[in-house]
Amino acid sequence: MKARQIPAAIPVAIGLLALWQGLILPPFLLPGPVAVVGALFSHRDVLASAALTTLAEILAGFALGAGLGAGLAVAMAYWPRLAAALRPVLLISQVIPIFALAPILTLWLGYGMAPKVAVTALICFFPVASAFLDGLQRSPPACLDLARTMGASAGREMWHIRIPMALPMLGSGLKLAAVYAPIGAVIGEWVGGSEGLGAVMIHANGRMRIDLTFAALTLVTLIALGFHGAVAWGVRRAFWRFS
Amino acid sequence: MNGPAAVGIVSLSGQVRIGGQALFPPIRLDLAPGRWTALLGDSGVGKSTLLRLIAGLPIDGCFDGRIDTPLPAALMAQDPGLLPWLTVRQNAALGSRLRGTRADADRLDDILTRTGLQDHAAKRPAQLSGGQRQRVALARTLMEDRPLVLLDEPFSALDMRMRLAMQDLAAELLGGRTVLMVTHDPAEAARLADHIALLTPAGLFPAETPDMPAPRPATDPQVMACQAALIARLLAREPA
Repeated sequence: MKARQIPAAIPVAIGLLALWQGLILPPFLLPGPVAVVGALFSHRDVLASAALTTLAEILAGFALGAGLGAGLAVAMAYWPRLAAALRPVLLISQVIPIFALAPILTLWLGYGMAPKVAVTALICFFPVASAFLDGLQRSPPACLDLARTMGASAGREMWHIRIPMALPMLGSGLKLAAVYAPIGAVIGEWVGGSEGLGAVMIHANGRMRIDLTFAALTLVTLIALGFHGAVAWGVRRAFWRFS
Repeated sequence: MNGPAAVGIVSLSGQVRIGGQALFPPIRLDLAPGRWTALLGDSGVGKSTLLRLIAGLPIDGCFDGRIDTPLPAALMAQDPGLLPWLTVRQNAALGSRLRGTRADADRLDDILTRTGLQDHAAKRPAQLSGGQRQRVALARTLMEDRPLVLLDEPFSALDMRMRLAMQDLAAELLGGRTVLMVTHDPAEAARLADHIALLTPAGLFPAETPDMPAPRPATDPQVMACQAALIARLLAREPA
């Protein structure tokens, strides 16, 4: 977010909160912001520990998915026949509804952290692999011509030209994956287990504690915004020279 | 021109087809050793394709014929192809980096000085003007130290003043090498070339060059006359 946008974003946020507070609905259907803040405060111990769990799943899943996605993109760019063979698989990994896959992953990996990390990794994998591969396959022709006349091996061409040239695209993929990662973690928590903000939401919903559901939802949103901001900042800092 | 290719003589004969359609009738292009040959023609006529064939680079379409390039080539194109994350100095030594060898630091310093880049060595391409970027590309070409140099419209994106300066610099620093310069600019061919070959859809035709050593002054009457003759032949499309 640029500094200029903040003054416009603040009144919009305040307006939406006021609208929300002003809605006349029974609190057990839609608690207002004041009730949600109250729930945040009164359940702070549970929520804090759940938020840490969810954050850990996001970080682990993001690292795993982004790492696998980037590695596969390089392999596919290096071996075009592998790319042709794996393109459909890559697409399938994305079109399978993650909701359908999450219970299966829980069945395979148990009720601990592993299936949540796996769902998060799966959801992060495609945007990173796809964007990075696009970048790797669109190296500037002038640079590739140079590399060939200079007698570069395919590996050195990849390392010294194609990968650095594609880093801005990798950055786009990472930023997109950062938006999806919290969704993956929460879906994983909904499906099984008792840890994390997703589990808090499911339990609170079941007991008609909508204020607690919204409090957990608010934390998920804050974590997602913060994580995306951190990744965007990291990408800018690490890759600015390459664009 | 039509004898068997001697050692060191770069020669290409044959034709290029794109989608079954021949770009031009069978041609023969010989590059005189140690001389500048300008390959002049309109855009899209296949000049760069011939250069790519001599460079051993992939082309769109298929080539039917024979290429003798006994000399290793260095390439310099309109897009200087600088890597934005490397400094001027590192870009000039790109060949060593790509081959995993160590660049000769003294030679690198010497070449950066001769290309007027000694004060810019630590800068990155984004901090340079278009002319300076082409000078880095020229320095990189010189670092490769190849007997055959292939120039693909290297100066056509520069303004007139910068273009003339770069032409002079390239002529000075590439002297003695076998050079193939692809260009659509008759003035460039008239200034720099020892031999001019006109490429048209009708084939490849030799053209006269001014009787004075290159680089020739751009405003010299002989150079202007040569340029006018080249323009007339290009416009005629059947320049034989």
